[in-house]
Amino acid sequence: MATDLLPGAPPGEPKTRRPWRERVVPRKPGRRLASALRHRWLYVMLLPGLAYFLIFKYWPMYGLHIAFKDYLPFLGYSGSPWVGLKHFQALFAGPDLGRLMTNTLILALLTIVFAFPAPIVVALMLNEVRTSVVKRSVQSLIYIPHFLSWTIVASLTYLLLSADFGVLAAFIDDLVGGQQVDYVAQEGWFRPIIIMQLLWKQTGWGTIIYLAALAGVDTQLYEAARVDGAGRWRQLWHITIPAIRPAIVVMAILTSGHLLDTGFEQIWLMTTSLNRSVADVFDTYVYYIGITQGAFSYSTAVGLFKGLIGVLLISGSNWLAKRLGQSGLY
Amino acid sequence: MALDNLADTTARGRRSVRHYDSRGSRLFDVLNVVLLLSLAAITVLPLLYVLAGSFASEAEIDSRPFFLWPKQVVLDAYDYIFASDAFLRALLTTICVTAVGTVIQVMLTLTMAYPLSKRFLPGRTLAINLVVFTLVFSGGMIPTYLVVRDLGLFDSYWALILPLAINPFYLLIVKSFFQELPETLEEAARIDGCTEIGVFWRIVLPLSKPVIATFSLFYAVAIWNDYMSPLLYIDDEQKWTLQVLVRQLTAPNADSENALSALEGAFFPQQGVKFAIIVLATLPILLIYPFLQRHFAKGVLIGSVKE
Repeated sequence: MATDLLPGAPPGEPKTRRPWRERVVPRKPGRRLASALRHRWLYVMLLPGLAYFLIFKYWPMYGLHIAFKDYLPFLGYSGSPWVGLKHFQALFAGPDLGRLMTNTLILALLTIVFAFPAPIVVALMLNEVRTSVVKRSVQSLIYIPHFLSWTIVASLTYLLLSADFGVLAAFIDDLVGGQQVDYVAQEGWFRPIIIMQLLWKQTGWGTIIYLAALAGVDTQLYEAARVDGAGRWRQLWHITIPAIRPAIVVMAILTSGHLLDTGFEQIWLMTTSLNRSVADVFDTYVYYIGITQGAFSYSTAVGLFKGLIGVLLISGSNWLAKRLGQSGLY
Repeated sequence: MALDNLADTTARGRRSVRHYDSRGSRLFDVLNVVLLLSLAAITVLPLLYVLAGSFASEAEIDSRPFFLWPKQVVLDAYDYIFASDAFLRALLTTICVTAVGTVIQVMLTLTMAYPLSKRFLPGRTLAINLVVFTLVFSGGMIPTYLVVRDLGLFDSYWALILPLAINPFYLLIVKSFFQELPETLEEAARIDGCTEIGVFWRIVLPLSKPVIATFSLFYAVAIWNDYMSPLLYIDDEQKWTLQVLVRQLTAPNADSENALSALEGAFFPQQGVKFAIIVLATLPILLIYPFLQRHFAKGVLIGSVKE
């Protein structure tokens, strides 16, 4: 697992000359220690951050073992009895797993079909705009929702879809057939609403990465294509799209690696007692079972199950990316 | 190197190259611009409607489905909200938590990213791997919740800051930024007798001002918008943040009058407060939006568009 290949980082580190003090050929065992001592201040700087990762990232990973225990707060981690795979068996035998899987996968699928291509299309459209004022104003406006919280987005949704006065509700009423419907309370409308929110909030911002790729295209390519008699569509097909293909692949890997990570806040804020059957996904389920009902061990088991699938998805998509000649992300 | 500038150069450069005069091409241009403008309109109209609605009377909100200018400007909702302790307290809480949190997050991120950027540091790879692993796998909600509880941070403002103190993505981006800084400057300072901390403070930080600005904004917006942490860790109504208050006022079946617990017997603009609280919670973000747009676009591109 290469460490420096993260989204946003260039593949590999540039080769620079090592500092003079490192160019000592035979490495004696004491030298490492000496070098460590010389850089003691760097280690001091490293400490607070390292402490953060150990406390808030690795301690919870240690805490995952309560998935195999019957954890009770007053017994603590060590006092609670081991129960083996009991909670996983409960999850697999229980009625909830199927519903969670279905809901999560349908949302993931809808995201891939609608929310993934939307920024690509908009970026291509923006790229064809020849008046720079128009282009820049549109960009400025469509980036805004990215910075608003999910709480605000959810509140806006409830206002616009309010059965009493919501303008969007009235519009859909007219479109669908005239009766007044309380859309946020309808099971059938839950998924479309979630996708509409996603599109509204993230499409504009998502264009940035593609626009950056497009900005790097050498204009001489277009010139040459024109001389060769290529029309606008041909230029789009043979120059523009190939230019953003790497960005598309990277985003596809990222998306598929985090397929199960339906946004907790978004879903939780749009869940009502009436749409639970379609709204429950892994993250919100863990919250209900764990935090509100106090079943810590069982909900930890559910979370661990989801986390392991996540690792599989990420390594799978990363592996695939490398097979396809891309430089992997992790 | 702002994105707008980048995009701009190409647009200008291209215009001289492509001057299409065919009818279909011009029709496409018109359609394209119309579509994009409607997209922009769809994006901002809801926000403008909420702004207008926050100044409208209850009767107008109920009777007119959509408007961008109230027939009669009414300040009932704002009067009510500003008279309530709950709002002022939430506002103050959110401002303080955001300010303190951002400072802590940025400091931790910078001080950790710097040693990680030093290729000669023994143990660096291990530390980086520790960070990267957290991107792939995490303990998840419940174990983290238990850690926060065991640390005694329940109902403490620190619970809104510390569990999110470093974003590993930002850390790694800042790390690659530090790696790109010219080594010679630091070497010169070291030869002149500067300690590692001196180099960091006097050479590296001044060179990193744009990055610091970018990530301060990143972190500040994230804390300001955070809803999950207060949901998990804060029970005490006195410690609600603005986002929690927004939720309490606008959730379906919300008992909004109780949530604001304001003036006994005063007229309560049931719908108006929903509009007004959304405006108030969004306003700070929109005020710094011009900076956000510039810096965020840059931040996303740091490390991605360079050869």
